[in-house]
Amino acid sequence: MDKHLKIGLALAALAAAGSLAGEAAYAQQAKEQFFPVLVYRTGPYAPNGVPFANGYVDYLKLVNARDGGINGVKIAFEECETGYATDRGVECYERLKGKGPTGATVFQPLSTGITFALTDKSFGDHIPLITAGYGRADSVDGTVFGWNFPLGGTYWDAADILIQHVGKKEGGVANLKGKKIALVYHDSPYGKEPIALLQERAKMYGYDLILLPVTHPGVEQKATWLQIRQNRPDYVFLWGWGVMNSTAIKEAVATGYPREKMYGVWWSGAEPDVTPAGEGAKGYNALVFLAPAGQGGVHKDIIKYVYDKGQGTGKKEEIGDVLYNRGLTAAMMAVEGVKRAQLKYGKKPLTGQQVRWGLENLAIDDAAIKRLGFTGFMSPIATSCVDHEGGSAAQVHTWDGTKWNVQPGVYHADQQVIKPMIRASAEKYAQEKKLSKRDCAKEAD
Amino acid sequence: MTSKIPVAILGAFLAAGLVAPLATGVSAPGFWFEVLLGGLMAGVLYSLVALGFVLIFKASGVFNFAQGSMVLFAALAVARLAERMPLWAALICAVAIMVVLAFVVERLVLRPLVNQDAVALLMATLGVTYFLDGFGQTIWGSDIYEINLGIKREPVMVLDNVFQGGVLINRDDVAATVVAVILVGALALFFQKTKTGRALRAVADDHQAAQSIGIPLNRIWVIVWSIAGVVAIVGGVIWGGKLGVQFSISQVALKALPVVILGGFTSVPGAIVGGLIIGVGEKMAEVFLGPPLVKALDLAGGGIENWFAYVLAMLFLFVRPEGLFGERRIDRV
Repeated sequence: MDKHLKIGLALAALAAAGSLAGEAAYAQQAKEQFFPVLVYRTGPYAPNGVPFANGYVDYLKLVNARDGGINGVKIAFEECETGYATDRGVECYERLKGKGPTGATVFQPLSTGITFALTDKSFGDHIPLITAGYGRADSVDGTVFGWNFPLGGTYWDAADILIQHVGKKEGGVANLKGKKIALVYHDSPYGKEPIALLQERAKMYGYDLILLPVTHPGVEQKATWLQIRQNRPDYVFLWGWGVMNSTAIKEAVATGYPREKMYGVWWSGAEPDVTPAGEGAKGYNALVFLAPAGQGGVHKDIIKYVYDKGQGTGKKEEIGDVLYNRGLTAAMMAVEGVKRAQLKYGKKPLTGQQVRWGLENLAIDDAAIKRLGFTGFMSPIATSCVDHEGGSAAQVHTWDGTKWNVQPGVYHADQQVIKPMIRASAEKYAQEKKLSKRDCAKEAD
Repeated sequence: MTSKIPVAILGAFLAAGLVAPLATGVSAPGFWFEVLLGGLMAGVLYSLVALGFVLIFKASGVFNFAQGSMVLFAALAVARLAERMPLWAALICAVAIMVVLAFVVERLVLRPLVNQDAVALLMATLGVTYFLDGFGQTIWGSDIYEINLGIKREPVMVLDNVFQGGVLINRDDVAATVVAVILVGALALFFQKTKTGRALRAVADDHQAAQSIGIPLNRIWVIVWSIAGVVAIVGGVIWGGKLGVQFSISQVALKALPVVILGGFTSVPGAIVGGLIIGVGEKMAEVFLGPPLVKALDLAGGGIENWFAYVLAMLFLFVRPEGLFGERRIDRV
């Protein structure tokens, strides 16, 4: 046989085999729900990004191993490393949004900067963004931000709850008049997000708000803490992420600022934030929402169905850490959104648009929390087309040198103050972007 | 003589800025002195990283962009090894690792590029940067690791009979200053008094001329990268002991860039003086210039210390492009 003919036949055979393999893969893929997983396992924010990613992925593995998927629809997932950088986050989004038989289910970027960038894209791509406890505070308004879901709390809620808590310590918020509160914040969209609420509350209660930005990544805070030493604020609110948090606590030790007067947002209150500061972190407080540290029913299942089978993503001893649990809860809410949507659209792989319906009709009540093994790790969440948050409860926990202790008392953000701010900000966004608002009453029909 | 006039004007301008908070009554003397000390201490740390840049540039004409990553790599090695052995043993092992790294860099990166353009060598060190950042995290991990130097973190109050409330200083900052002084003294002796040091300077002046008189270029490069590795260990251990060892340490190198621009690429004293000027300048700017600027111009706000360091360096570039202590280059045309 002619040499060229042989090569031609071999290539044709290869192409046919490839095509068959592709069809087989598609058939396999057809019963899958694809979850893109945006992570940062390297870079300056990796100490916080890794446990969250491990929790997120472990829950997806658990649903496959224990339940055989979401009502029989297997979960497929793929990680993409963003390094907490907005450009890389957008690149990951573009790469993964079309994967799987129905495209990406939902994105959870764990970065307010990436969330800002993806929000604009979501209007065209119709893929929900779950930003539980981060992202834009005004995205609670589902009539404007149709694809964002800041489930369980926003930074305005967090700031409001912190003010309530220090007000309570002072014997009532009225006693905050004349007090000084310093906000040490990551100089980024994330860190700047609570400023509007804190300024609003400062006008109401008469405290003096001192704004102290810390530039990325936050290892250089000498000047910041010298200013704290000069101003001697009554309280310091810490709005940091990654290495910035542990550095802030170390600098507080170095300048002699009492840790008992420091309150972090819920992203500044995990083990990687306090353990590097050693004994110095004792007495430091932070908010906790959705998932404090510890283990419950879901963790037992993860150990049984994932880790004991050698399929664990991280170290077994880190199961139950604050950020691990938060990743776990974030994945659970996404899965529950799909489950809810399956009630309407059927037990098959769903598109992002269909999953949005599920996320807009989430009803994770106490019974569901118990059934899912999350008792003690979250408050109920009930969303709607208008309300994409579904609840905003948080507690304060304190580091005792070895573990976090949750203080009694659950706070709820004061929606009488926050709702008008959300409406005004969302309205402004809609005008700037020339967006037409959704008519939720019509959509319910 | 005339070239000294703009430098003097700039110096006077900066000195005026330095004392302005005191003169205008914006700051109490004690607090002003505290910010000044804080800036000097931060400057010492920048100098330690800048020294690594200067050493390699001085001896090989290569602008080693990877110095920050070498600091991270060295600190990670010390921190992770110290989990398994005493700190002194971890330090010895880290020195060995940095020498091996120097050998590998010379063999695989520098040797093939001998007598190539400086830009080619700079790009090669950029490659080394990314390799060390990634490889370091792959083998050592990306958590925050501790280096326990046994120095208490609690501050010490001094001069309380001079300034109201006293002046706060940290023991680790004082230790860093002492170590930096010893290191600079040792390096100065090495460069001036030893045969190898003189050979290093000869190579820096002219690769080909140095080779022609029998100085082994390859060995000299291994030595100088090894010394820069040891400087990286010192910098990494001090930074790591203070802030914890984490990826962000490599970004400290970005602070060393304005330091070497200001001090001069070939001067060890320049790295020290440059570090101190940058350290003091950025802290003073962040505390006394940033807040009133934001308020007066109704700006969105934000920290200014990161970019202010570069503004300072640029001002010096305008009046003295070779840096404060750099060698003036005269080309015949």
